[in-house]
Amino acid sequence: MEQTNQTEEPVIEIRDLYKSFGDLHVLQGVNLQVDKGENVVVLGRSGTGKSVLIKIIVGLLRQDSGMCNVLGREVSELNEKELNDIRLKIGFSFQNSALYDSMTVRENLEFPLVRNTKNLSRADINEQVEFVLDAVGLLQTINQVPSELSGGQRKRIGIARTLILKPEIMLYDEPTAGLDPITCLEINQLINEVKEKYHTSSIIITHDLTCARETGDRIAMLLDGKFLKQGTFEEVFNTDEERIKSFYDYNFIQ
Amino acid sequence: MSDNQKEKVYTKGLDSALLAVYNGYVFFLRFFREAFRGRMELQELIKQCYAIGNKSLLLIGLTGFITGMVFTKQSRPSLAEFGAVSWLPSLVAIAIVRALAALVTALISAGKVGSSIGAELGSMRVTEQIDAMEVSAVNPFKFLVVTRVLASTITIPILMFYCTAVALLGAYLNVTLNEGTSFISFFENAFEQITFLDVGTSLAKAVAYGFTIGIVGCYQGYNASKGTEGVGKAANSAVVISMFLIFIEEVIIVQVSNYFRI
Repeated sequence: MEQTNQTEEPVIEIRDLYKSFGDLHVLQGVNLQVDKGENVVVLGRSGTGKSVLIKIIVGLLRQDSGMCNVLGREVSELNEKELNDIRLKIGFSFQNSALYDSMTVRENLEFPLVRNTKNLSRADINEQVEFVLDAVGLLQTINQVPSELSGGQRKRIGIARTLILKPEIMLYDEPTAGLDPITCLEINQLINEVKEKYHTSSIIITHDLTCARETGDRIAMLLDGKFLKQGTFEEVFNTDEERIKSFYDYNFIQ
Repeated sequence: MSDNQKEKVYTKGLDSALLAVYNGYVFFLRFFREAFRGRMELQELIKQCYAIGNKSLLLIGLTGFITGMVFTKQSRPSLAEFGAVSWLPSLVAIAIVRALAALVTALISAGKVGSSIGAELGSMRVTEQIDAMEVSAVNPFKFLVVTRVLASTITIPILMFYCTAVALLGAYLNVTLNEGTSFISFFENAFEQITFLDVGTSLAKAVAYGFTIGIVGCYQGYNASKGTEGVGKAANSAVVISMFLIFIEEVIIVQVSNYFRI
């Protein structure tokens, strides 16, 4: 994977992060650093707390203990206004796209834009909406409602909706889950394009190893509530650890 | 079940019931805090008012009409026993304005509006649309809850007046068909006994019911648990809880208004 625009400047820094839901200890001392311009893939089994991790980063959940520093600020210590300022710099692509189904694609994209940008003319709004839709290759769907779109299209519109605020960080929650292999390839390509065009740093949560290999500069393997191994794709999977091997074997049919 | 287990189950039940009351109270306070803060989502408010009004107009009209007509028909024999059929318009008007119109409107709206708000917000919660709003730095409470609660608080009193008019029309039709009373003399008779306090109390009731339906529906939907079951549960409890609260409010408001009546 090419490593363009990447510098050593950390945009996300997570140290000793713990999170439990009742008796269920999901994250047990997670450490992760994402540098500027870097795509980090977080791999792990379902229910290991991958989504919990990015929800803590964006302030939807609060950690029990530990540090979660985003763009130099500790997320759990921010007030509402400061949290919203940070959120404007983070794009969050939800697993099920989370498009507003009572609105058209155009209204979905306008929604965050008009509420977070002052003094925008109608022409500016239209231009920006069309620009991001064009960037994800779905300009023709502008007047459709989400229920008329396919899973892959919804995913792309979901990503477009986050791009309209020009984020510095992208968080993708299972971007290829439930999609056919060809659409998965298109989404992988889109993730790489977003990184190049918008100079974003990203965390990509997945258990699709093709997606991980195609999009990740670095892979982090989350098992039993902590990162078991971090490194390039080859470094992580060149191992004797049984669980990591079975992950690889299943995805690449060996 | 052993005593120890029973105690655990009952304590857990009591805990969750008290917690629900507390969370409802916090939600209620948050509504007032958010309603007066920042820019109002006026377009969404108008859209919701239209949706609520439009959704219930036909059903409330039909129910109100039948209520007025049937109530008149059922009251006639009792009055006839005392030779007081000429009092029928004022009796019916008092019943409709003081009690029936507000209750019928509220109960129909609780079923129609409350359940749809509960289901809509519940499915938005379950499909992470509410989280999506939050992460795009838009306040979902302000956009979804404040607008819907205000819309139902504004629209349900209007629907109540509409229900009153249609129910009186139903009563008039029944009276004119049986006694041949003219339109003017029916309404003169009907309004003779209606005071400002009656109309004011009805309006207060409708505002309270509208607010209750909106806030209960929103609370249930906004806090729906994961899964499709959560959506159904939210819609269902929105109706059941708001109907229960409506009857409690009815008793309280009637008691208070009777105090002023004397």
